[in-house]
Amino acid sequence: MSIGPANETGSSGRGRPRFFRRGPWEAVAVAVIAAGVLMLLQPFSLALYSYSFVTTLAGVVLFTVVSKFPE
Amino acid sequence: MNGTLPPKSLAERAALATPPTVAMRVRGLSDRAVAWIFIAPTIVLLLAINIFPLIWTIQLSFTNYRANRPNAPVRNVGIDNYHSILTDPDIWAAMQATAHFVFWTIVLQTVIGFTLAWLIDRKFRGHGFWTTIILIPMMLSPAVVGNFWRFLYQPQIGGFNYFVSFFTGLPPSSFEMIGSVKLAPWAIVVVDTWMWTPYVMLICLAGLRSIPDYIYEAAEVDRASPLRQFWSITLPMALPFIMLAVLFRGIENFKMFDMVNLLTSGGPGSTTEVASITLKREAFEKWRTGFSSAFAIILFVTVFGLANIYVKALNRVKQR
Repeated sequence: MSIGPANETGSSGRGRPRFFRRGPWEAVAVAVIAAGVLMLLQPFSLALYSYSFVTTLAGVVLFTVVSKFPE
Repeated sequence: MNGTLPPKSLAERAALATPPTVAMRVRGLSDRAVAWIFIAPTIVLLLAINIFPLIWTIQLSFTNYRANRPNAPVRNVGIDNYHSILTDPDIWAAMQATAHFVFWTIVLQTVIGFTLAWLIDRKFRGHGFWTTIILIPMMLSPAVVGNFWRFLYQPQIGGFNYFVSFFTGLPPSSFEMIGSVKLAPWAIVVVDTWMWTPYVMLICLAGLRSIPDYIYEAAEVDRASPLRQFWSITLPMALPFIMLAVLFRGIENFKMFDMVNLLTSGGPGSTTEVASITLKREAFEKWRTGFSSAFAIILFVTVFGLANIYVKALNRVKQR
């Protein structure tokens, strides 16, 4: 039994590696969604507009998945 | 002693009044099963009016289905509808009209709403009365507001043109807010700002009132000027609430339809044709149901993404 600083699995991870923490991944997902929305609404490039939906969809799927990760 | 004594409590009498077969059946169910029986009607209703149309729309978005030709053969076109939408310069123009509308309404509503909240928070004499007056536009129906502002924007008899001419000296009939290509996008921005600034003000007011007084007292002890207090205390502590208002108004204005449809119907030409107006035209004027379903899914995913950010911001505000 070890009492001390959180180990590699994280204090609430219950065996999951620290890599799968919700906070940073949610921030990444929010950034991807925001990028997709900006690409959809920007007036500069039709190519960016074309890839906006895929970007937003990727962000939404990522957000849905990572919101199940532990804190 | 006989067995016909009256039951002691109301619950016992109710239990005796229940027909024995039903009572036995209910007694055999677990708490979880009873809970499911209670929530099942709501789940069925949600599936019928929310989930089923969504799944059907997703399915239609991959076809060439036209609702005005129900007997025509329906062909699966894969992602062609999505490809057409995402490479169509006209729909891109509609997205830019939406972006203009969303950006300027958010900027104006946030600046004016926060300023009003800051003034109302001073608690001057009659501030409750003025809060109620400011909130009135928000309580009106968008249909009423659309018709009301159509009259106000009339160049001959409308009050708005006379108001502008009073301050600028321009003749009232020399400009037309709804009929002009340059002014029409601003006409819808003005109306939405007029209607929804009170909402932003309310959220900002909640943020300002959540700041504890002792922080300002400590700042005064440290001789911080009012401007310094505003930049270092008021604005940072009200920022999560401002972000919440910005996100909420962004989502609402991204799917704005009723007010713009009544005010300009997307005209003149297509200068105020925001995304939802384009969607309505594709679905119910051109009857391209499959195409418009794909467009609806694109808008849905965008709004869903923004809603995710909104919920995350809301949780952050709750943690404060």
